[in-house]
Amino acid sequence: MENDVQLVACKIESEEYAIDIRSVQEIIRLLDITRVPYASPFMSGVINLRGMVIPVMNLRKRFKLPDRAPDEATRIVIINWAGVLVGLLVDSVSEVIRLPRQAIEHAPNCSFNINTDFLTGIGKLGRRLLIMLDLDSIFEVTLNV
Amino acid sequence: MDMSQYLDIFLEEAREHLQKLNEGLLELEGAPNNRAVLDEIFRSAHTLKGMSATMGFNQVAELTHEMENVLHRLRNGETGVSSGILDLLFKCVDLLDNMVGDIAGGGTGDLPVEDLLTELRSRNVVECSESPRNIEPESGDVSIGETPVSQTMSHNIVTSVEFNEYEKNLIKQAIDQGFQCYHLVVNIDQRCVMKSARAFMVFKNMEEIGEIIKSIPSVQNIEEEKFETSFDLIIISRKPQEVIRKGLVSITEVGEPEINLITGVFCTLPALEETKVEEPKPVPAPSPAAVPVEKPVPDEKTEDHKDGQSHPHLKPKASQTLRVDTTRLDSLMNLVGELVINKGRLEQIGRTNQSPDLAETLEQMDRITTDLQNVVMKVRMVPIDNVFSRFPRMVRDLAKDLGKEIDLIIEGKETELDRTVIDEIGDPLVHLLRNSIDHGIEDPSVRAAAGKKEHGQVVLSARYEGNNVVIEVEDDGKGLNPEAIKNRAVEKGLVLPEEAAELDESSLVRLILQPGFSTVEKVTDISGRGVGLDVVKNKIEALSGSISIESNQGAGTSFKIQLPLTLAIIQALLILLGKEIYAIPLSFIAETTSVMPEQINKIQDQEVMLLRGDVLPLMRLREVFKVPLKDVPKEEEINIVVVRKGEKKVGLIVDTLIGQQEIVIKPLEKLLGNIPVIAGATILGNGQVSLIIDVAGLF
Repeated sequence: MENDVQLVACKIESEEYAIDIRSVQEIIRLLDITRVPYASPFMSGVINLRGMVIPVMNLRKRFKLPDRAPDEATRIVIINWAGVLVGLLVDSVSEVIRLPRQAIEHAPNCSFNINTDFLTGIGKLGRRLLIMLDLDSIFEVTLNV
Repeated sequence: MDMSQYLDIFLEEAREHLQKLNEGLLELEGAPNNRAVLDEIFRSAHTLKGMSATMGFNQVAELTHEMENVLHRLRNGETGVSSGILDLLFKCVDLLDNMVGDIAGGGTGDLPVEDLLTELRSRNVVECSESPRNIEPESGDVSIGETPVSQTMSHNIVTSVEFNEYEKNLIKQAIDQGFQCYHLVVNIDQRCVMKSARAFMVFKNMEEIGEIIKSIPSVQNIEEEKFETSFDLIIISRKPQEVIRKGLVSITEVGEPEINLITGVFCTLPALEETKVEEPKPVPAPSPAAVPVEKPVPDEKTEDHKDGQSHPHLKPKASQTLRVDTTRLDSLMNLVGELVINKGRLEQIGRTNQSPDLAETLEQMDRITTDLQNVVMKVRMVPIDNVFSRFPRMVRDLAKDLGKEIDLIIEGKETELDRTVIDEIGDPLVHLLRNSIDHGIEDPSVRAAAGKKEHGQVVLSARYEGNNVVIEVEDDGKGLNPEAIKNRAVEKGLVLPEEAAELDESSLVRLILQPGFSTVEKVTDISGRGVGLDVVKNKIEALSGSISIESNQGAGTSFKIQLPLTLAIIQALLILLGKEIYAIPLSFIAETTSVMPEQINKIQDQEVMLLRGDVLPLMRLREVFKVPLKDVPKEEEINIVVVRKGEKKVGLIVDTLIGQQEIVIKPLEKLLGNIPVIAGATILGNGQVSLIIDVAGLF
């Protein structure tokens, strides 16, 4: 069991992404997002999470994918990134997956046709491929933009 | 014993005493014969010594011990107060300050003290007959009366407990009125598991019999089981000793007590004695209505004695305070903020539901939340003295270094500001004061030649002005030279020569707040280390404040800082841009007005309007905030919010004015930080997040 990781799997476009469950505080339905002028284009704005004002990042835009209108399945994954709460806007959240560490291949070994900037590796679950999100680079790069 | 848990308290109190020492020494410098000040200094040094010895910081204890000896000789009139002695004592305080700093940084506080010790000792060659006080821990242990024998009137003493003036008075009165005063040593069985519970029962039983006026250790410490197996109580009662004994031994696991009758106590210093005897303080009724109360006891005193802890080193009128971790205050503030938000939400529901009962309850709740908010705000308010108090020493040292003579006059130090503001305002003020002393005030010879008093004067004042606090640093020095500033600004490339020529005097003076400006060629140690007044300006603007300068060449300069009372909850005007609601802090708003489209003119691409004859530049907020232009409003009457920053005014064109509301400021996380025109966010009554406009950033 100790060799397993638990992951929250979410979908953007046709790809499946996975976030280490220890970084996820909660998953919520879409709330009213207040636009923040002059913010990076992939920052959707801010939401009110039980009295806290939390920024939300649109992962589609972060990955330079075409934007689309939110629907019933749209979710915000609230990440606790070193004490800072940030929401990630995703198309849908599918499930929580338990994966043995050996099933994750690290980034340098990957040769998939995807943006390798934001991933730490690829997880294999049967025939499914999960892109392991690298939260640090997603947020840190954002700070430097 | 492990003392680490007391370290924070030690540090805090040590700093307080160092501050008192500094203040006292300064006061003594001005009035060398002031006995009261000398006593105060002595007490602080003594307490510091005791505290540091208890904590095992022996170097600190040793240094304060030697200081105490010198002070003792001053008190006894064996030596006069000279500037040499004062300088030496100041040096000691500085070293102590460094030592405490070292301890705070995890060190042992063992800095080289030998030089100062030798110097102190050389002042002490004639050791006085009374042996130096022992280094005793300040743990509330029973010790013999603090007051030196020579200063006490001889009432007989039968107890070894130390009383403060109030308690002494209380006991004296009780005895005069036929009560008995007992000193109990309560022993609790060593095997007792719940000592505090037994102690509680002791308190309960004793309160039925009489009035507990003191306990050692304090009630709180007893509750926390911070005692071994026995503790001391002083009680006043009409009951005989036997009743008290029975009241104690009836409790399981409480052993045979030691009971002593107190027939008299040390009396107060003659001066205090006089006032107190003539105006007797009442004894609190031991049991309801047992003694007629002659005069109401002031609240703080009552509290003082309930606390049961004696602070022999504090002034008798010390007010009752509680140290609270600031993070707890912050979370309290946050909770109140939440409450305000939810109240807003409820009010919105109330408006749609139209229920009279609900409306009434809401009104009630509105009042309560407002009161609660005011209380919490007040709790967070700190007198500006916390910042001001360190300046007299700084000014003294600076003036000495520069060979100038300067009187610092402090006014309005009781003015209160939000803690967050207090924390931040110190550095800007240091900068301004240094600036005044270094650049403003002239050398004494220059002043004399100009027909001024040789003593320069710097006035540091604080006062309320509406919802703001104004802090002023004013000197009677040479003032600013607008011509010199103009030349310098042009030379530094801050303004173009032709621009500079058009600036009036007050605009020229404001140029010194620009980054990269420094009027003195020579970089001194005191100010002008490359960081200019722009740092001050930025800091103050970051606190939502503003700074203005007034200067009379030859007569002096005055820097005026305006700050909001608090930063957490503010009044704001909500406005609508497209579908987005924004909040404008009311403190920046001069007025709101409206114009017809044809009244808006253009001067060089800048839209302007005439407001009572003055040209007011306009700004379309929709454009500033890049609001999606889906529904262009019909150009009928245009709403304008006139905002100001310092002397400047700008008219903001908005779609709709929604109304004034109290908002709770929430900072934006760093992923969205550093957005120039947004000061933060707030949550509206309907749960929606609205952004707060950074008005200063618009200019």
